[in-house]
Amino acid sequence: MRITTEHVIRFLEAVAAEVKAQRAYLTELDSPIGDADHGINLDRGFTAVLAKLPMVADKDIGTILKTTGMTLVSTVGGASGPLYGTAFLRAGMALADRYELNEDDVAVALEAALEGIMTRGKAQRGEKTMIDALAPAVDALKAARAGGADLATALQAAAVAAEEGMRATIPMLATKGRASYLGERSIGHQDPGATSAALMLRVMRDLVTASASDGAA
Amino acid sequence: MKKLINSPETVVRDALEGMAAAHPDLIRVHFDPDYIVRADAPVQGKVAIVSGGGSGHEPMHGGFVGRGMLDAACPGAIFTSPVPDQMLEATRAVNGGAGVLHIVKNYTGDVMNFEMAAELAQAEGIEVASVIINDDVAVQDSLYTAGRRGVGTTVLAEKICGGAAEAGLSLAEVKRICEKVNAQGRSMGMALTSCIVPAKGSPTFELGEDEMEIGIGIHGEPGRERRKLATAAEIVRMLAEPVLDDLPFRSGDEVLAFVNGMGGTPLIELYIVYNELAKLCRERGITISRNLIGNYITSLEMAGTSITLLKLDDELKRFWDAPVHTPALRWGV
Repeated sequence: MRITTEHVIRFLEAVAAEVKAQRAYLTELDSPIGDADHGINLDRGFTAVLAKLPMVADKDIGTILKTTGMTLVSTVGGASGPLYGTAFLRAGMALADRYELNEDDVAVALEAALEGIMTRGKAQRGEKTMIDALAPAVDALKAARAGGADLATALQAAAVAAEEGMRATIPMLATKGRASYLGERSIGHQDPGATSAALMLRVMRDLVTASASDGAA
Repeated sequence: MKKLINSPETVVRDALEGMAAAHPDLIRVHFDPDYIVRADAPVQGKVAIVSGGGSGHEPMHGGFVGRGMLDAACPGAIFTSPVPDQMLEATRAVNGGAGVLHIVKNYTGDVMNFEMAAELAQAEGIEVASVIINDDVAVQDSLYTAGRRGVGTTVLAEKICGGAAEAGLSLAEVKRICEKVNAQGRSMGMALTSCIVPAKGSPTFELGEDEMEIGIGIHGEPGRERRKLATAAEIVRMLAEPVLDDLPFRSGDEVLAFVNGMGGTPLIELYIVYNELAKLCRERGITISRNLIGNYITSLEMAGTSITLLKLDDELKRFWDAPVHTPALRWGV
């Protein structure tokens, strides 16, 4: 399938709607190991993104994603503002001037986003962060594509890998971010950042699956 | 949730408008992005000091803006670090040509947002230096954590660096003094109750009637361990011993003792804490030659306290004693 600017706008709208719907859940996850604001902060950021989208709807995909990143940096605060902001900025830079994407460009964008998060957060896998959902998702996406799967199938594998990565944060000891201050007490709690990252992969999968089966794209 | 507010969405804006209305002689408040600057900013030729962090820690940081302390403060959403736009504009607004020092508490979000702002300001040709405060002995500083949190020593660093900047010291000198305060200050805190973040509406953690959290930060996050409630003397020992045992404190030292309330503890209890702390210091041969007691770095309505000790020398005493005129701290004027 071809991915158009309209798909990207619909993806961002769907992420905003899902973040709003999961706002209390994400905040609840952040209470025992963080400071109880992950859902609140992301909702504030994506609500601001929604307001910006009409102004960039006719622009290229790179510009839409970079605008999303800047808006998140400017409105979310905390650690997730610079992290998700950098992720969308880097994805936008990787797709600069493009109005249409092919099935491999999604992995290119996600990989750029992941690298951005790792650089900004000075973080690696296994530290109980959003990287633990995103990194396995990128691996699964690339492996599925290399094996000849279509984008919808590959994103299904990525979304599953993200969910598994998210659940795998439960027994982890946090060594980055605010949860690290709890030491051993961070064990047994699912990381809110990994949860929001898995949420975005799920939204992407649903959108592409629906578009592919519609034959709309 | 029972709070004296208009709505959870307008808490920070309404409070900032209140501060602007209350202290027009000391500060000016800018909205979108939100920051507070001293009324006479920028002061030409003086190093400017900018700090910031989530709201909910009042009077920190906005209450410390004014002559002899901060040139600007950037308030984020409740318990959420401000965004780079705020620090960048505040940095521009207070830059008097002698450079700007960012005093940052060691929390992942604060560090990342200040880092982005400093990069942007430097790209505009403004000289920016940063010091990260990490004085909380409750957190192990190791490969397994994001490092110690920045807590009570932040207030002392803001006052002392403000005095140094007012005295005309260079950016490099003010930065050196800030690093010294950080190296010589240690803190630890405890909570008797959780606080309620207005947008969430329920307590961040549940504590039984007979329980307390030891080793908390300032964002309503739980502490290092939960214990049965004890007497003030026992609690002070639990807090002060890890502080005193963490270098640089030795017998014969002179210190500033800072007993801070987390927002919901009355002054009568804080004086009981100070009394116990003074006894402990005497036992250890440590002289308290300056003190600060009250609610200065808080966690909304959380009940609890934190103890900070700062090892003093002549330089730090001179700038601590220097005149300060801000909404929350005032002497010598």
